[in-house]
Amino acid sequence: MATQVDTSNATPTGVAAPSYWRGVWENHAPGYLFLLPWFIGFFGLTIGPILTSLYLSFTHFDLLTAPRWAGMDNYVRMFTNDPKFAASMRVTFIFVIFSVPLKLAFALGVALLLNRGMRGLSIYRALFYLPSLLGASVAIAILWRQIFAGNGLVNQVLATFGIIGPSWISNPNTSLWTLIILAIWQFGSPMIIFLAGLRQIPQDMYEAASLDGASRWRQFWKITLPMLTPVVFFNAIIQTIEAFKSFTPSFIISGGTGGPINSTLFYTLYLYNEAFGFFRMGYASALAWVLLIIVAAFTAFSFLTSKFWVHYDD
Amino acid sequence: MTTDADRLTVVTTASPTRKRVISIVSHALLIIASILMLYPLLWLLAASFRPENEIFTSGISVLPSINWNLDSYVRGWNGLRVSFGQLFLNSFVISGLSVIGNVMACSLAAYAFARLEFAGRRFWFAMMLMTLMLPYQVTLIPQYVLFLNMGWVNTFLPLVVPKFLAADAFFIFLMVQFFRGIPKELDEAARMDGAGPWRIYWKIILPLSTPVLATAAIFTFIWTWDDFFGPLIYLSDLRQYTVMLGLRTFVDSTGMSDYGGMFAMSVLALVPIFAFFLFFQRLLIEGIATTGMKR
Repeated sequence: MATQVDTSNATPTGVAAPSYWRGVWENHAPGYLFLLPWFIGFFGLTIGPILTSLYLSFTHFDLLTAPRWAGMDNYVRMFTNDPKFAASMRVTFIFVIFSVPLKLAFALGVALLLNRGMRGLSIYRALFYLPSLLGASVAIAILWRQIFAGNGLVNQVLATFGIIGPSWISNPNTSLWTLIILAIWQFGSPMIIFLAGLRQIPQDMYEAASLDGASRWRQFWKITLPMLTPVVFFNAIIQTIEAFKSFTPSFIISGGTGGPINSTLFYTLYLYNEAFGFFRMGYASALAWVLLIIVAAFTAFSFLTSKFWVHYDD
Repeated sequence: MTTDADRLTVVTTASPTRKRVISIVSHALLIIASILMLYPLLWLLAASFRPENEIFTSGISVLPSINWNLDSYVRGWNGLRVSFGQLFLNSFVISGLSVIGNVMACSLAAYAFARLEFAGRRFWFAMMLMTLMLPYQVTLIPQYVLFLNMGWVNTFLPLVVPKFLAADAFFIFLMVQFFRGIPKELDEAARMDGAGPWRIYWKIILPLSTPVLATAAIFTFIWTWDDFFGPLIYLSDLRQYTVMLGLRTFVDSTGMSDYGGMFAMSVLALVPIFAFFLFFQRLLIEGIATTGMKR
């Protein structure tokens, strides 16, 4: 459908053929010329590499010698004989399942509080946004490592209550939770998106509901939340994909190992170590394709189910 | 701001005293939450000015030490074999070039998608949106092989050139949304006067789009500045390291013995981002709010 040529500007019958083609050129060439840098990047850095990595995922490739065809070996090994793969999947899913809903809940809660016409809204909004802006930095990961260390800030606070806390980052039962807290700490950007969404809700809906005697609680469930579902949907997708891709915090906090006992071995960190630590580029490509399939399946599933719970009024 | 006040009168039907109590409780909650959230950052800042022996003995205090000094900064600055000055320069060069590349390439593409009619536009636009969702890992290894074969590994090129090819599709999307809001009559009037697409792009669209171009520039700078994965893979010579890569080396080599220096350099690494936050906060927040709204 998209490739049909628009000739409407160029047709009056009897016009000579060269000027017809000139019309086609003048109508369509500028668009492609403006897109030229993007096209080079799209084919050279995106489509080409995606297809290449699909091919590499069926090979053994160490970067020094040519790839050797391996058939399904990489995928078979992944699902039948690789405890680290299983561990990294588990860690990543726990991270996604806890960090995303909690982050969104905080974001929505604070946005609702701020949206009540609070004085100083812009100051609060800026303060809550700051961690989102800084949080991706290695510097913050280093700070986090200190906060949850044995002699770190958290334990110093606990000590004032007479509690001797463990070293949170070197305990496999708690290390992943320090990363989840780091993710939740950055609830500022979804909060801003929720705030913008809350402002789009027409005020007369609340007026009408108040006149009918609906309580605030009821108004939230019957007006605010349904009207906000498109924003919830958007935030959930973006944050989930971001959570799957998260790399830096686990790398810094575990010193690149994913330890202790693989408890912070994010999928992306495992992939990095396979590719650039052990130069198993074929296996790492297969890992990348499994990640792509997971993200694509999640996105497709979200869009398919969205019509049952996302409210579109237009 | 007036809309907030209006909203309050409309939504709240409670009595004035009850309204007051709710307001005080809300403020109290928000203030406690703000302090909790910002406390680690304040602690880091305070610790970076403490003498080394006070860092872990001063407990949870964020008050400046009476013995405060800049020793940690001096030690940290020279804590690696290469001065942090060089690393800051590298980061600024990479981030600056990325800003130029992203603004140029993404605005060209966005103009085509927002304003020009050509066969296949909807198809290519959909393709562009698909790349937004793509995990970068899936292009990582072939890109690395490509850049390795071109002899670009251990240079800035793999970090910068993709920006000139509009590889950050998010910014195309951001700009398309903005360009669509510019009245089409302006283009048409210019076309009547004989202006071609390039003139319209350069003389009308770009000058009217400074807010979105600035937003894209700032976000590009911050994201490139913060980027750890790209430099980790492509740069191996310490003299070419970015600040973030330097910080990580710092943790590996000396960090366990020199916390002060590590904290001081962490603070410095955050300063440029914080500066953007201070001066362009409104632009950043609006940028997030508007793109978020387009589903």
